[in-house]
Amino acid sequence: MTSKRSDRSLPTDERAKPARPGGGTGTGAFWSVAFALAWRILHNVFTTPSLLFPSLVFPLFFFTAFAGGLSRVDNIPGFDFPNGYTAFQFVFVLLQSAAFGGVFTGFGVARDFEYGFARRLLLAAPRRTGLIAGYALAALGRWLVTATLLTAVALVAGMQIGGNGVDLFALYALALIVSIAGTLWATGVAMRFRTIQAGPVMQLPVFLALFFAPVYVPLNMLSGWLHAVASVNPATALLEAGRSLISGSPEHVALAYLAAFALAGTLAVWALRGLRSAERAG
Amino acid sequence: MNKEHGIEAEGLVRTFKGGIRAVDGIDLVVAPGEIYGFLGPNGAGKSTTVHMLTTLLPPTAGTGRVAGYDIVLEGPKVRAAIGAALQEAALDNLLTGREHLRLQCALHGISRAERRRRTDELLDRVGLRLAADRKVGGYSGGMKRRLDLALALVHRPTILFLDEPTTGLDPQSRSALWAEVARLAREEGVTVFLTTQYLEEADALADRVGIIDHGKIVAEGTPDELKAQIGRPTVEAIPRDGTDPAAVARILEQFGEATGGSPKGVAVRLEHGASDLAGIVRALDAETIELEHLELHAPSLDDVFLAKTGRSLEGAGEEVEPEPESV
Amino acid sequence: MTLAAQVGHIARRSVRRTIRQPANVIFPFVFPMALLAVTSAGLNPATKIPGFPTDSFLAFFLAFPFIQGALFATMNAGTDLARDIQSGFLNRLALTPMRGGALIAGQLAGIATMGFVQAVFYLAVGLAVGVHLASGVAGAVVLLALATLIAISFGSLGAFFALRTGSGEAVQGLFPLLFVSLFLSSMNLPRNLIEIDWFRYAATVNPVSYLIEGIRSLIITGWDGQALALAFGIAALLGIGSLAAGAWALRMRLTRT
Repeated sequence: MTSKRSDRSLPTDERAKPARPGGGTGTGAFWSVAFALAWRILHNVFTTPSLLFPSLVFPLFFFTAFAGGLSRVDNIPGFDFPNGYTAFQFVFVLLQSAAFGGVFTGFGVARDFEYGFARRLLLAAPRRTGLIAGYALAALGRWLVTATLLTAVALVAGMQIGGNGVDLFALYALALIVSIAGTLWATGVAMRFRTIQAGPVMQLPVFLALFFAPVYVPLNMLSGWLHAVASVNPATALLEAGRSLISGSPEHVALAYLAAFALAGTLAVWALRGLRSAERAG
Repeated sequence: MNKEHGIEAEGLVRTFKGGIRAVDGIDLVVAPGEIYGFLGPNGAGKSTTVHMLTTLLPPTAGTGRVAGYDIVLEGPKVRAAIGAALQEAALDNLLTGREHLRLQCALHGISRAERRRRTDELLDRVGLRLAADRKVGGYSGGMKRRLDLALALVHRPTILFLDEPTTGLDPQSRSALWAEVARLAREEGVTVFLTTQYLEEADALADRVGIIDHGKIVAEGTPDELKAQIGRPTVEAIPRDGTDPAAVARILEQFGEATGGSPKGVAVRLEHGASDLAGIVRALDAETIELEHLELHAPSLDDVFLAKTGRSLEGAGEEVEPEPESV
Repeated sequence: MTLAAQVGHIARRSVRRTIRQPANVIFPFVFPMALLAVTSAGLNPATKIPGFPTDSFLAFFLAFPFIQGALFATMNAGTDLARDIQSGFLNRLALTPMRGGALIAGQLAGIATMGFVQAVFYLAVGLAVGVHLASGVAGAVVLLALATLIAISFGSLGAFFALRTGSGEAVQGLFPLLFVSLFLSSMNLPRNLIEIDWFRYAATVNPVSYLIEGIRSLIITGWDGQALALAFGIAALLGIGSLAAGAWALRMRLTRT
């Protein structure tokens, strides 16, 4: 039996009409694309050890190496952080894991482009900006697992927490924004270069931004060029605010949030323009 | 046989981990200067056979001689006499075409002066002179295959192994490769052992064809000999718009068993050959069934495969040959 | 063709491939220097810890890039070889008169070349920013030799992994293991100043600590026979072990007759 669709002898109004694409192109489409992509990435990550392992393990190593290996630093005259070196380093590693979680997601974006899967996504998605949101959601999902593990390990290691529930919520929320910012940065790079070779371009600026900050000792103990750079580095504001939250003496938190939102906002534009660049390349 | 050019295999067997018998007793002889087509679906054992004959994989049992040398005991001599373009193009995306050829020449001990000359000659031969200094990562599939062939010819081998050389190529590239292979055999007397899953490739190129299935050769001979063994043509009828294909199928199936055809057509393999055609026309006419097209097809190699294995070659290959890990 | 000539061709290809992958060039050169800059500046107050062996954290930490560079050499070597296996290029080489040993030796010659160039770069940067080599010019030569040996040893490890697994992803999975070995060491503080017992113990049993300390001794101490003997010995053992394992894996992988 011939299908109605293929029967050209029928009047046009009696022929089968092509199905309308699901979700249209509105907000619904945006979120359906975002959630679908996030699901795919999270599914791949959590079922592939070689993808999951680095994002879980690296923050733990950094924490172990810094908090464990450098614990004697809190004996240096002038180091007066009230909650001990473990908590001092925990905040840095938390923010670092958030930022680098975004970078790892960027690697995935680059891989998608290099192996052609991104073309499939671009073709299928009715709202392509949803793809960026999907990558960001996936990064958040990964980071939440990392943050949970990191927190558990820090508590087992005897981390002292001075802050209350609100303080800690503010700390994790700040890290969440950093994760989104890291993802937006890396996604923008990945969409412009569309190759895994762009890995260093994604990683190096994030690394420099984080490490040109008071990583090992407070700002007032730094000197020379690093003190000068760290003083104007927005990451310093995030780090110091985070440390003040964990110690229960919040300081300059509003400024930190402003910096984080400004960064995320700027990088959202960066990522969107990267998407347009990828679309133009075909 | 002139042992300098031929291929012989006797009882070749290759077993992999888990007892998988990828090649299950292959006997074959390829005469010097012959193009031998090794036809079979995916997972039949073609590539494994090639890997053994090219000394990349030792056989589990059986013997083989290539260019007069034992494939197990005289591996280096075999390799010096053969060229191979295997299933993967096996190229380094970061090197240029010219660099590939120079490296291959160098590893074959070709002198520096001769390397340059030979590189240019082969680049011209396969039509890659203009792209020679571009990295292979930027080559199309057809260009990669041509470079692959050039690399196999660097040291002027007397025997050439081609493992599915045209898979994934466009028709133009495929024709060009066929022409070059035919020329090599005809003008330079190179013996060619060609594996393929494409019927028309075996039909067009091969002097003789061996059909392999589940590790065994199920038929062997010239394409015409093999088809003549089957001797049963196929008739295909394409019903006119509005005609019930099931009614056409009912008529045709009185004259033979149903077989694959074009998407709109109904095809059967005729029980008694072309003489059934008149009966078919009468039967269709009696039922007032109108056709757009009626065609008689001579037997194909797929028919041969079907007759020997009970399956059609197209769509028969579901398994993948195992990775060459030793048992 | 002689073995040496074959090794030369494979080595040239190895170097060419590395140079043509920007990530493989930028990372080993830039990243360790960035880390050197921020860590030495950030941890300079640590020189005030009683017992710290030098008053320049930069001099103390300069040993680290050499080891980190070797880690990158491991990954690059392994990934490139795995790619050759996956693409079938290894089979192409196997069909030539190339000896199996030439393949590994050629890869390692390429790694040695890149490792040496990296080491020269790190040393030059260190000297340019004011680090004084306590062991002098002779010490610089020994340092470069040790750094190159370490690169070859780690590279052999990467090659073994690639030959054994045939997978670039599996080689990448090696990175966290090597990363751990780098961080659970005397990278940031001398072992005797590490406060946490289990960390100090881990650093003591970690062979990477001795590689770092050997290089470090040439920079801040002068001629420390024990440190150098340990560093050269461990690097050589690692190299020999990895090479032997790599040769075995190559025999398994290259089943040609």
